[in-house]
Amino acid sequence: MALDYSAVGESLPYLMKGLQYTIQLTVVACLGGIFFGTLLALARLSSIKPLQFAAAGYVNLMRSVPLILVIFWFYFLVPVIVQSVTGAERPPQIGADRSAYITFIMFEAAFFCEIMRAGIQSIPRGQVGAAYALGLNYGQSMRLIILPQAFRNMLPVLLTQTIILFQDTSLVYVLSVTDFLGAASKIAQRDSRLVEMYTFVAVVYLAICFSLSMLVKALQRKTQIIR
Amino acid sequence: MNDLNWLLFFEPIVEGETIVWWEMLISGLMWTMALSFSAGIIAFSVGSLMGIFRTTTSKGLVLIGNIYVEFFRNIPLIVQFFIWYFVIPEIFPSVKAWSIEQDPTVVQFIAAVLCLGLFTAARMAEQVKSGILALPRGQRYAGYALGFTQPQTYRYILLPMAYRIIVPPMTSEAMNLFKNSSVALTIGLTELTFRTREMGEVTFAFMEAYIAATVLYVIVAMSVNRVMAYVERKTSVPGFIAGGK
Repeated sequence: MALDYSAVGESLPYLMKGLQYTIQLTVVACLGGIFFGTLLALARLSSIKPLQFAAAGYVNLMRSVPLILVIFWFYFLVPVIVQSVTGAERPPQIGADRSAYITFIMFEAAFFCEIMRAGIQSIPRGQVGAAYALGLNYGQSMRLIILPQAFRNMLPVLLTQTIILFQDTSLVYVLSVTDFLGAASKIAQRDSRLVEMYTFVAVVYLAICFSLSMLVKALQRKTQIIR
Repeated sequence: MNDLNWLLFFEPIVEGETIVWWEMLISGLMWTMALSFSAGIIAFSVGSLMGIFRTTTSKGLVLIGNIYVEFFRNIPLIVQFFIWYFVIPEIFPSVKAWSIEQDPTVVQFIAAVLCLGLFTAARMAEQVKSGILALPRGQRYAGYALGFTQPQTYRYILLPMAYRIIVPPMTSEAMNLFKNSSVALTIGLTELTFRTREMGEVTFAFMEAYIAATVLYVIVAMSVNRVMAYVERKTSVPGFIAGGK
């Protein structure tokens, strides 16, 4: 079998656009996931029972169903929800590429919640007491004292989860979104160059994820000394 | 939203067929289970081997283990599925010749088992390694002092304890394995998520189909969790914190 990687070279701009979407989706889902995940973690740790149960239920549900099923769920649910919020007559057309953002934010929030919860629980209780003793209220003590430390302690884990997220975004393929893998598979089928395209995708993912995980390891060694 | 038609599950998939929709979903669930169990066996054996490699004193074996883990962990699972299903047969003509003669389902299943098994093995290797490294160094030396060879030390001293230590993380890996099996739908294996999407597209009853699948997956996840909790209780060693009384 003759391998011909020229198809990769010719379609490089198209592939790069796909990769750009993948990176955008990862960054947005990561930031949104950390934001909502932190809120969920605070809800799980709060003293209000219904809030605790609701957050725990959401997190456990998200963690026990496959991501692909969640992607299908949101793809079909988001228009229905938007319709009920805006009161439009028929469900609005939301592209798969946009519904993917919401899916990944909501899905990753469950995973970031557990990380942030562990981070918050790793802070000595005395810190909370000290914050209250200084006259800070709940919001202030969380925002100024607890969360910054929790965040720093959990930074390596958050980044590792982000690398996993980066890989998981390739699953938007099932909605025919043109992410990196989607772009490559479209070219692969057009030019019938499946071997070249898929090995190229694998090598690029391997290179990116491997260097990122090395960076995280280096960071981990660095942050360990602080304490 | 409030007009869910649950009776749909008892209607035939096509007019005049005898198979009804709930049977379709259950057959999907069976494929999910078959795939996960078969892949689990590969993951456990290859993962243990690679995990052990990474803790031995031989530089070569450590390198093999490390390369294996980095390779399988840093490529998205769906890309690995495509490699196994689309690329491997092109590279090895004999595989392609064989696969053309087979029932496509058989080829999909074998590709999915290998892919998912070797992917999960990389994660399993991480757990096995950390389990072995969690043991005090003295245990290994004690083994050597008793005249055990390195394989014997692993077999009789290190592994029995290391496996017990890693039961909790293995629980979540087992649950991940079940969830990851849904990616096999991208190569056409008719597992649970495949059947769910099919039912949604054919009947337009997306809500009913997805709710049913979600309930099934939650039941599977909880069962795996319970089974592993039982394994943890059964294998616990008295006298250790995790061992209880």
